Amino acid sequence: MRGPRLVVNLVLLVVAVLFVAPLLWLVTASFDTHGGLAAKVPGEATLGNFGQILNWEVGGRPLVNGLLISSGTAIIAVVVAVLAAYPLSRFQLRFRRPFLYTILFTTGLPVTAIMVPVYGLFVRLSLVDSLWGTTVFLAATALPMAIWMCKNFMDGIPISLEEAAWVDGASSLQALRSIVLPLMAPGVAVVGIFTFITAWGNFFVPFVLLLDPDKMPASVGIFSFFGQNGLVAYGQLAAYSILYTAPVLGLYLVVSRWLGGGFSMAGAVKA
Amino acid sequence: MWLPPLAPSIVLLGLFVAGPILWCFYAAFTNSALSGISARRPKFVGIDNFTTAFTSSDVASSLWLTVVFVLLSAVVGQNGLGILLAVFLQQRGKLLRGIVGTVVVAAWVLPEVVAAFAIYAFLNAQGTLNEVLGWFGMGQNWLYTAPMLAVVLANIWRGTAFSMLVYQAALSEVPSDLVEAAQVDGAGPLRRFWHVVLPVIRRTVVTNLMLITLQTLGVFGLIYVLTAGGPDNKTRTLPLLMYEQAFKFGQIGYGTAIALVLLVLGAVFSLVYIRSLKAEV
Repeated sequence: MRGPRLVVNLVLLVVAVLFVAPLLWLVTASFDTHGGLAAKVPGEATLGNFGQILNWEVGGRPLVNGLLISSGTAIIAVVVAVLAAYPLSRFQLRFRRPFLYTILFTTGLPVTAIMVPVYGLFVRLSLVDSLWGTTVFLAATALPMAIWMCKNFMDGIPISLEEAAWVDGASSLQALRSIVLPLMAPGVAVVGIFTFITAWGNFFVPFVLLLDPDKMPASVGIFSFFGQNGLVAYGQLAAYSILYTAPVLGLYLVVSRWLGGGFSMAGAVKA
Repeated sequence: MWLPPLAPSIVLLGLFVAGPILWCFYAAFTNSALSGISARRPKFVGIDNFTTAFTSSDVASSLWLTVVFVLLSAVVGQNGLGILLAVFLQQRGKLLRGIVGTVVVAAWVLPEVVAAFAIYAFLNAQGTLNEVLGWFGMGQNWLYTAPMLAVVLANIWRGTAFSMLVYQAALSEVPSDLVEAAQVDGAGPLRRFWHVVLPVIRRTVVTNLMLITLQTLGVFGLIYVLTAGGPDNKTRTLPLLMYEQAFKFGQIGYGTAIALVLLVLGAVFSLVYIRSLKAEV
């Protein structure tokens, strides 16, 4: 059996090399002030590119905008999803199954497909070019997944604890706040981080709904490196990409350590 | 009792998700536009947009490109490579698992535009791939000579991790005594996979196909950065055509009709998957 084993290992190594190859350029070019489009070891490794982009206009504002939009999205989505998950997890409701199936179906809906009517809606509501409008819309599109995950986490908490609280005279909201939420805090954090990462990487939504370059988050602001005259500062583009990716990478590592890898994939797909 | 906690999500989903979908069905039948007289008072134009859409070669070719893009990059590429990696990574050393898992997932964790720029640089005429191929005299500008292949490879590179993770989770739940029993009966690895493992994880396969298909139907940023739909519209899938018509040319009604075609295409794919699940039970 040594032959096939070797072949499999070889295939895996080739795949690994092919997958890592496009990433090399990001790293090498970011430390090379004369960086082009090909990955090569910089003549002298400098932090010059990072120095160039670490100012309010180029690097700061888009990242702060992205932070505002993404954390706003995560907070709204988590609060609304936890509230919705409570009756869906705890009460026997007649419309529960159809509601849950609709939610599940909506998690798969490509948001791209509804952006034209959403733009029309935003024109009517005078919400075009509003950071708030964009944030609330992103939260709404994140809701199906957030509700689904919250409901699954909440199902894992035994109801007997709340019943004890009810007997002691606590209301549903009190029971939710002081008993269920603390127990599902890790789950809530996962939902929040997941929503944040998705919003942070979203390009099309702010690209369509925002107009003012000063309001653009990092995902759209990154295009500012493509100058009008066709000259592209590739080194700076790569450095900026790394800065923009770092928070997502950090959060992903936190969550995957927490859940033992695989993100929330198993729970989301078992449905 | 149950309504107050559900109300915020119903309002948000109704206004921003269900509303726009329903509006699709209305606006697709009007001449709504971004500016001019028809912006303020869109007129009902019946099925004009659809007649235009289905007689125009633009929509037909975009629809075809979208189907090709989904089949090659998601159904064959991400799904096939994902399951292959998951199977191959079973019972490997910790080191190899760690290395392969990390690099495959890395491409997936990157924000969409960063992944797009990385693969743009990689495939560019002056990029890494051509540096390497240049040693063998095979260099060329892939984004011009084979644009569809380029975007398909880009989407496989970016999305395979999801399928791989899904299948790794599914494979870990296949009862090992089933596989061992087949092995004792003399089934080779291929037959064990085809006749024992695959039937057990069938539901996961269909769910995964559905998720990555819908995801791939909506891919915009990756193609926009790589080729912007070009050259010569050879990679202009439905989302890019929709963007172009609605926001560049200001034809909201027509753009909505294209969005509706996209939604229906997603529904058709979903129905096929759901039926395949029922047929085999």
